[in-house]
Amino acid sequence: MNLGKIVGVNGNLLTVEFEKPVIQNEVGFARLGDIHLKAEVIRIRGRHAELQVFEDTTGLKVGDQVEFTGSLLSVELGPGLLTQVFDGLQNPLPALAEECGFFLQRGKYIKPLPRDVKWAFTPLVKAGATVLAGDAVGQVPEGIFAHKIMVPFRLSGRLTVKFVAGAGEFTVEDTVAVVVDDKDREHEVKLMQVWPVKMPIKCYAERLRPTEPLATSQRIVDTFFPVARGGTYCIPGPFGAGKTVLQQITSRHADVDVVIIAACGERAGEVVETLREFPELTDPKTGKSLMERTVIICNTSSMPVAAREASVYTGVTLAEYYRQMGLDVLLLADSTSRWAQALREMSGRLEEIPGEEAFPAYLESVIAAFYERGGVVRLHNDETGSVTIGGTVSPAGGNFEEPVTQATLKVVGAFHGLSRARSDARRYPAIDPLESWSKYTSVVDVDELVQARHFLREGSEVGQMMKVVGEEGTSIDDFMVYLKGEYLDAVYLQQNAFNDVDAATPVDRQKHVFGFIARFLKTTLKFEDKDTARSFFHKLTQATRDWNQLAFDSDEFKKQQEQLDHQIAEVTSYD
Amino acid sequence: MHKVYHRIEQIAGNVIVVSAEGIVYGELAQVESAFGTSLAQVIRLEANRVYLQVFAGGRGVSTDSKVRFLGRTMQIPFSENLMGRVFTGSGVPRDNGPELTENLIPIGGPSVNPAKRIIPRNMVRTGIPMIDVFNTLVESQKLPIFSVAGEPYNELLARIALQAEVDIIILGGMGLKHDDYLYFRDYLEENGALSRSVLYVHTAADPVVECMLVPDIALATAEQFALQNKRVLVLLTDMTNFADAMKEVAITMEQIPSNRGYPGDLYSQLASRYEKAVDFEGSGSITILAVTTMPGDDVTHPVPDNTGYITEGQFYLKNGRIEPFGSLSRLKQQVNGKTRADHRTIMDTMIQLYASYKETLEKQSMGFRMSEWDTKLLKYGERFEKEMMALSVNIPLEEALDRGWNILADCFEPQETGIASKLTDEFWPK
Repeated sequence: MNLGKIVGVNGNLLTVEFEKPVIQNEVGFARLGDIHLKAEVIRIRGRHAELQVFEDTTGLKVGDQVEFTGSLLSVELGPGLLTQVFDGLQNPLPALAEECGFFLQRGKYIKPLPRDVKWAFTPLVKAGATVLAGDAVGQVPEGIFAHKIMVPFRLSGRLTVKFVAGAGEFTVEDTVAVVVDDKDREHEVKLMQVWPVKMPIKCYAERLRPTEPLATSQRIVDTFFPVARGGTYCIPGPFGAGKTVLQQITSRHADVDVVIIAACGERAGEVVETLREFPELTDPKTGKSLMERTVIICNTSSMPVAAREASVYTGVTLAEYYRQMGLDVLLLADSTSRWAQALREMSGRLEEIPGEEAFPAYLESVIAAFYERGGVVRLHNDETGSVTIGGTVSPAGGNFEEPVTQATLKVVGAFHGLSRARSDARRYPAIDPLESWSKYTSVVDVDELVQARHFLREGSEVGQMMKVVGEEGTSIDDFMVYLKGEYLDAVYLQQNAFNDVDAATPVDRQKHVFGFIARFLKTTLKFEDKDTARSFFHKLTQATRDWNQLAFDSDEFKKQQEQLDHQIAEVTSYD
Repeated sequence: MHKVYHRIEQIAGNVIVVSAEGIVYGELAQVESAFGTSLAQVIRLEANRVYLQVFAGGRGVSTDSKVRFLGRTMQIPFSENLMGRVFTGSGVPRDNGPELTENLIPIGGPSVNPAKRIIPRNMVRTGIPMIDVFNTLVESQKLPIFSVAGEPYNELLARIALQAEVDIIILGGMGLKHDDYLYFRDYLEENGALSRSVLYVHTAADPVVECMLVPDIALATAEQFALQNKRVLVLLTDMTNFADAMKEVAITMEQIPSNRGYPGDLYSQLASRYEKAVDFEGSGSITILAVTTMPGDDVTHPVPDNTGYITEGQFYLKNGRIEPFGSLSRLKQQVNGKTRADHRTIMDTMIQLYASYKETLEKQSMGFRMSEWDTKLLKYGERFEKEMMALSVNIPLEEALDRGWNILADCFEPQETGIASKLTDEFWPK
């Protein structure tokens, strides 16, 4: 056993004197009587290793022992992950609650995957077959999925299957296959494998360019600032602008197979809403509870800071694991700023030379490496799988010029900037249509989109001008542009999350409604004066909002559309 | 029993360093100097060098002061006898009552398992329409009052404490002016609420380290009461002083500052206190109301900014009124659907009309002509400010809703308000 001795304690940072070799980022346990506190080596200097402890360090003293484990901070991967609620170190929280009651107890770790559950295994290969790391040797049913049992990711080269178990019931620790590598070493394949969280899983043939849109059912996202399957996007915004609500809505309606929610350093109350509501909600795609496709990683703001840093890595590793089965996975990290702050706290304790706003100089590369773990990949069996990453950012003072937002913007494919002005005006989702951008392909026609953007931009400029010169000083043509821009905003960009129908607009419907609006924007209208124009638009807005709340392609929906056409025809100028 | 050390190697700010062995991180020590005795806590171990934060401050500590380690971490007494008592930031009686020594509990304990939390469901009635009607306070909510110096935030806090339907009130005062402390004590006493209150008060003249202990002590006590099935309201004033105390200590410890001198862990430190707000399933609850003064009325200042990211909304106190814009209770949706059928409608409509009133005011000040609609709005706005927004208004929710309808009916026709006719038929005053 590799034991070290504590020579310094500073907050959650331990300085440990060691004799046998230690590994950078290996896990150690600080012994406080019977309690063993998990820690990770983050710097080594001479005979001293510095460890960040994932728990409160009160009670440790100089001379106490630290046990080095020789393995990096890892997660367990296997059937039984879905529907679970973990903390940042993959401890199942409900199981902890059963053992410890209301409060979290330090030094209490529970195995993430239940050891007593038996899974019905079906082999997919025969003895003698050649396989690569990450290839499936069999599968077990896990809720709505066939969960692939894969050759351990850590193996390399061509492997020959020496033995594979027949169909039967196995626990996660049972061996279901044995593979032999080119040096004749045998490796067991179990239902479960272990993988270090800070290393990307790379068992695929190639990475592809994300091109296919990922529908979120939010009109402003899918139409104006789309996200691609395997893409990355970020949502920065000041407090109260609705970041978390937007993520919650996305986690419900996104068109993916698995959703992983990493609640990182945010309010516990918000996680509780997801926790308590998801089991009650049905997934429209499968008809089962939403929880069946969800894993929640929950390291809220009052839980230990170092584990907060680990939580986003735990989340993305689980996402990569399901991607290896050919599934589309969405990872929602809320909020990456808290994770960056955790890095800053540790960097401060290590007395590293600080960068901007005291964030460590390596902040950018760490953020980039995290988002780079998203992507679409072609697996060895030619199936594709994807990890899409959406991270919220909580910039200090709502000012996007701060290091975390800027570092994130460099590496993501879409930017959904939330604005205080829009949320104050109750224009939800409060994504700023003028500042946000996306490099991915929209679900609607490009030319019509350019036109719509034009109306939004020009309309807002006219609106600004009107504040100075008043309505009297604005020409009727400019006024028309302004009203059309406002109309587009009110009936298309804004979406009512509390209305069952309006909360989620599928792609078909978006195409239909957007086509309708695009035609209207092209139409020349004729009014006697500005007051009649304004009152026409008030009525049209109200009628279109009602239309948004009717089920797609129902009779009422069609009738309402006819009525809208009629309303518009009355004021159309055919000159 | 405990070994006494009397060779102090370093004194910087409130932190002293002694050489000692077998000392436990977080342990308490007693520092005896010519000017008195103070508690101190171990905040860093470096081989045999022990860094101690002296609660009473470094002033007066000499290089040969006696340091005796107590072999235990910070604990405070907890019992029913706390009621009606006043303590300092380190838990020493500030009134002339006896010292309590029984049933010691640790402070700054672990956080609640998120899996054991429940969705908040009970409204806390305060008798203030701007809260009850427009931004309902919910049991287990954590809510700050954002304000600038000079606003009557302490008066507001005291009034809410008195009128809120809770079992126990715990006041944590940080950097309070002595007058303000006396005001709280006398106000609670005059209104007969002192007997269900516990006060932990750090005044501006007390050592700065004690200021940092106040929230932990107050919340540890609250947690114990909540576990005994009590509904506890914790008042913290002023959290900006708490943050400033942390800043002061961090800088003397030569920590690298992140934003305007505040330590990099400001968010985590504030969050670990605010997140103590909880509704225990099958037991009591903790609701936190805190004051955060904004230097220069700047909401992007690090303290209000970080607070806003942690708390479930905020009350904006400005010009002696709770501003409807900027104030927000994130949990109001959980309860305001269950009070009265017209609650949400009155809430939305009155605010929308008030926003229109503000626009009209602007138009008026720029010299634009007032239309008939503008005149109606002006009348409405004035009545709204006088009869709903003024802090002197003290009526239950139902009465406030009725008053809302009366104001609307006095100023507008039903269809002008945009309220669905189903509701106006039922509630519009005849």
